[in-house]
Amino acid sequence: MMTFAERLNLHLSQTPEQVAVTLQITNQPDLPVTYAQLLRGAQGFAQALENEKIDSGEVVLLILQHGEELIYSYFGAIIQGAIPSVMSFLTEKLSPERYRADLSTLISVTRPAAIVTYAEFADEVRAVVGDSSVRAVIVADNISAQDVDVLSWGGLNRAPEDIALLQHSSGTTGLQKGMALSHQSVFNQLDAYSHSLGLQERDVIVSWLPLYHDMGLIAGFLLPVLYGIPLVLMSPFDWVRAPYRLMQSVSQYKGSLSWLPNFAFNFCTQKIRDRHLEGVDLSTWRAIINCSEPVRWESHEAFYEKFKAYGLRQNALHTSYAMAENVFAVTQSNLSGRPKVEVIEREAFMAERVVREANDKAAIAVMSSGSPLPNVQIKIVDENGNELPERVIGEIALKSNCMLTGYYNRPDLTGKAFLNGWYMTGDYGYISGGEIFVSGRKKDMIIVGGKNVYPQDLEMLSYEVPGVHAGRSVAFGLFDEEQGTEEVVIIAEADSEDEIENQKIADAIRQHVTKNSAIALRHVKVVGPKWILKTSSGKTARSANKEKFLQEFGK
Amino acid sequence: MTEIISTLSKHIAAKILKQPARVISADEPLISSGLIDSFSLMDLALFVEDTFNVRIEDTELNISTFDSLAQLAAFIQSRQSQ
Repeated sequence: MMTFAERLNLHLSQTPEQVAVTLQITNQPDLPVTYAQLLRGAQGFAQALENEKIDSGEVVLLILQHGEELIYSYFGAIIQGAIPSVMSFLTEKLSPERYRADLSTLISVTRPAAIVTYAEFADEVRAVVGDSSVRAVIVADNISAQDVDVLSWGGLNRAPEDIALLQHSSGTTGLQKGMALSHQSVFNQLDAYSHSLGLQERDVIVSWLPLYHDMGLIAGFLLPVLYGIPLVLMSPFDWVRAPYRLMQSVSQYKGSLSWLPNFAFNFCTQKIRDRHLEGVDLSTWRAIINCSEPVRWESHEAFYEKFKAYGLRQNALHTSYAMAENVFAVTQSNLSGRPKVEVIEREAFMAERVVREANDKAAIAVMSSGSPLPNVQIKIVDENGNELPERVIGEIALKSNCMLTGYYNRPDLTGKAFLNGWYMTGDYGYISGGEIFVSGRKKDMIIVGGKNVYPQDLEMLSYEVPGVHAGRSVAFGLFDEEQGTEEVVIIAEADSEDEIENQKIADAIRQHVTKNSAIALRHVKVVGPKWILKTSSGKTARSANKEKFLQEFGK
Repeated sequence: MTEIISTLSKHIAAKILKQPARVISADEPLISSGLIDSFSLMDLALFVEDTFNVRIEDTELNISTFDSLAQLAAFIQSRQSQ
């Protein structure tokens, strides 16, 4: 069993001139970074941490965007023996006050020893840090590459069971859980996942996914760099403005593997112009893996129809079910086939929670997320934890040798997540022929564009808007066929039925909630008093309100 | 100019905000107010290209071109007269 630093040292001694990462940045030539360059860059950051007396095993937050600084500081922390965690950067959508408040809460739980950020953001960070655990704010702009000095690497003294990194969950930043993952867990995951993927030396991974998300960090960063698979990495912000860049990069670098959330299949299908695809060849793409949102076969079909003229192979479209608590992948569809699609009876699926073939009854088509990785065991259980037979819907429970060590500094949450040694995912699904079909979730969580959003967080924010009373709004997700993801709806009760007045409140909710959560709202509806349905205990019944919304306003 | 603004306003209200009755004024902030996110921005750019027969490069998709309908309409007009 190895540690990250040992693996990096191996690449440095065996293939120093191999390109580890090609960074793509809009309006700049692509930047190939070899292992030798990567580790020279990392050595600069390791030295900066050393100068600030950051010890092995201490947490370093990286508040950086896509670019050289981010990848050098990540591995700088690793070779120094520290524990890196990538935080999302302030965006124009989110209010700076909220960002500061969330960061401050996160620091009080995670207790990092240092933060790395840009010069322009350093004062902001220093203002938040105050007299917390943070002993150093390191300005990335001032750090330059240094000759590699392997003997100085504190990371080589880390043990496989030590924590390698923290991966923060989505959700309101202040309440994010830091998932602590050991070297051993990460390698157990990556060894098993490489096997499921049939990873080969000639693979090339192309990714635009952010590194503060598990899919981006594990599949789109650590897997390639630690396993010697070339990575072409672009910025999520560049991709969203120009999704065709993904296709051009796959074509140019002969990309073979990519991971995308379901909405991205729809987004690419609908938003890419043929003029941007001239000469593009997608025939090297052997797996485009749909993960981190409910998977839709319709999204795959449309994507294939759009891109088959450019060499896309139909058997390149795949699925996975993953979660950061398991490092990443739990299941993977078989890459030599296509994900299984079952056409089942709608009524039985919705009401009886069982799966029956739809003969002449109203049907829905559900797509498999594949079978468990070789190191993962899965069972479906009822509310008492009893195992259910195949084709009955229940909660997905899992066991593996790549689980998180714990939620960092939150032993209370870690204990609650497990039942008799099984991790309870909170997702519903069923098993059929050994494959997992994910059907929904236990909690009212909304997944919008691959990002998990808790409706109660959005409701709390809406209460802060003048004219909205505490407890008088409801948020839920509504699946949108065209976008291939959920859209967020907020309904709030106002004191009057005055339409003009209520429109103003609706605008204010939209603005306030978006600025404080960075989540765009699709429908904001302000209604008169007593519209919102409550349970007998006075709680907001989100699914009942969703039904009422659909009935009254259509969609 | 007013015609361009009214066409854009109708599209955004109906397709992006899903509130067809909503009127968006010419100088109302679009991105910084949270009305439009990065995904809808792309959608709006494609609508502009198709409707007004102009081209928008992806580097032009930003807050300085797009933050209000007045700005966007001026941008469209300048492209059309080229």
